[in-house]
Amino acid sequence: MINTGCGALLAALRDIDRLPADAAGWEALIRRAREADLIGTLAFRLHERGTIERVPDGPRAHFAAARIRSMALETAMRRETREIAAALRDVDAPIVLLKGAAYLLAGLPPARGRFFSDVDILVPRHALPNVESALMLGGFATTHLHPYDQRYYRRWLHELPPMQHVKRLTVVDVHHTLAPVAGRMQPDAVALLRAAIPLRGDDRYRTLEPADMVLHSATHLFGNEVFTHGLRDLVDIDALLRHFTAADPRFVDRLVRRAVEVNLERPLYYALRWTSRLLGTAIPVRASMVTDGYGPGTLVRPLMDVLLADGLLPDSASRSTRWARRALYVRGHWLKLPLPRLAWHLAVKSLRREESTA
Amino acid sequence: MIVADLRPDELRRRLARAGLRLRIGPVVAEIRSSFRAVEAGVALHYADHEVVDEDQFADFEVAVERPANVRRWIRPQAIFRFENRPPFTPLAANQAFPLLEWGLNWCVSAHCHQYLIVHAAVVERNGRAIVLPAPQGSGKSTLCAALVSRGFRLLSDELALIDIERNCIVPLPRPISLKNQSIATIAAFWPEAPMSAVVHDTVKGSVVHVRPPRASVVASAERALPGWIVLPAYRPSHRRQLTCVSKASVFMQLVDSAFNYSLHGRRGFDALGRLVDASECCRFTYGGDLDDAVQAFNTLTEAA
Repeated sequence: MINTGCGALLAALRDIDRLPADAAGWEALIRRAREADLIGTLAFRLHERGTIERVPDGPRAHFAAARIRSMALETAMRRETREIAAALRDVDAPIVLLKGAAYLLAGLPPARGRFFSDVDILVPRHALPNVESALMLGGFATTHLHPYDQRYYRRWLHELPPMQHVKRLTVVDVHHTLAPVAGRMQPDAVALLRAAIPLRGDDRYRTLEPADMVLHSATHLFGNEVFTHGLRDLVDIDALLRHFTAADPRFVDRLVRRAVEVNLERPLYYALRWTSRLLGTAIPVRASMVTDGYGPGTLVRPLMDVLLADGLLPDSASRSTRWARRALYVRGHWLKLPLPRLAWHLAVKSLRREESTA
Repeated sequence: MIVADLRPDELRRRLARAGLRLRIGPVVAEIRSSFRAVEAGVALHYADHEVVDEDQFADFEVAVERPANVRRWIRPQAIFRFENRPPFTPLAANQAFPLLEWGLNWCVSAHCHQYLIVHAAVVERNGRAIVLPAPQGSGKSTLCAALVSRGFRLLSDELALIDIERNCIVPLPRPISLKNQSIATIAAFWPEAPMSAVVHDTVKGSVVHVRPPRASVVASAERALPGWIVLPAYRPSHRRQLTCVSKASVFMQLVDSAFNYSLHGRRGFDALGRLVDASECCRFTYGGDLDDAVQAFNTLTEAA
């Protein structure tokens, strides 16, 4: 029953015409789509395809509700990016939108029906002080006020502590590179920023160029320690790959070359492997043969296959998903920090927890 | 089939295993729990609700369970799960049934965005809705229970579901929740009220639930047109007073009490505007004399 649950969701994500045949199937689809935060995406695809009328009344009400929510979140996201652009008006540095905000403002398919949350931006490291103070003048204040957390973000991570607007309560994450500074993944942030392209009809923002956009999405997903939104992020990558490949049949080959240039081969290996496995994304054999060589060694590879097969599925009721996510959580920390620093970080965190419960 | 038709062991079996599927207004909830208090609460409060077959679509899967840690035995707790994830922190085990009720409120208010949802009690007379939006402590539920005991139909004690397209209010008949002093007030006013035992020391103080009348549950599918919007204000030892208020101020009160107004944008603004336009808007100050209060509502609705 657990497997039929995610099975119904994966089938619909691969092909929106493959819908459940009975109430149990619809329940599984709605529940797992809700857990994955993908119900808005499905609602949008059903409308786009014109098949929403064929959905029975019970599940259709949930798609209607999700559509209202995703349209409201889209409006809110557009407004927030305008507010942030106004706050950063006088900053003399490129501001690159990442993830959801970038998909939306660039009019890319993953934005359709997506549940947006925070705004993520990438700026050159040297511009961080100016960007941070401009955002503060614009009404954003830092979060995570404990001095250790502030030091931890600023010294070891790839972003500032999240900044929250004091009135609107919206959150902006300011990145200066795409992975933790001393972690095991070392993307070439300078090259990524240099290749960023202006957003059409907008004089403040840029987005990553198409291949880099896919690579960032892959890095974000497979370098993370938390996999609760794993499938949603994979659906983003799938939609980007389908879109860019439709425009340029050799897109994936270019993607592979670019991964080598910016030092993100490993996340690309995972992205191509798992989009094709779970979502049926068409990957040219010549590309997957190359990226296969970017995967982990013979000992780790089968282990990661098992962990991701369970960890990517939005089924927190299943024991295998829970265990896989615990293991991926440990792995994520291992990728993030050098071992002595990780030991110190975990020691500080555990002592603080005792302090706060005492 | 309704819950009262189930033999006690059958009710227990469903709650423990496959889940009990209840039709509650426009939604079907699949409920699981091994707590005796939940079983007793469901048997009492949902006696007249329809039990839906397993092959029919359930909107929400909820469970009130014991946590999988020491709090299962030591100072036991109850945990609410929505589709296997816990949206809230656990509560003391004696609050298992109120937890189910609060959880079901959350299921509807956090997901059913096809409606504009306002925090308000709604009763009906002659096909017209009386919406009682109110902040905590205004005596909304007390007034709602009093009206329902004297023949007004209960649409909801907590959530007004506004159908944006059809300009009407969709019933969600569920137990009325009474808190603190209003428990004794209603017990005195309506001695035969079908109430559960008082649960003490919740975040809202002492709580009991009152079963919705059978006639209200049977009429779950009958939507109500807008009639009156009455802002209740309980002022101890005050004289009863029904005054007209501006539609604009009532509109703003509804916006403040809405759960998902911001999601609906222009359509929500227009829908709320139509509701306010089609309703007579007043403020009702009362001082605890419920007979007198019910009389005022009878007069108000008969004048129409």
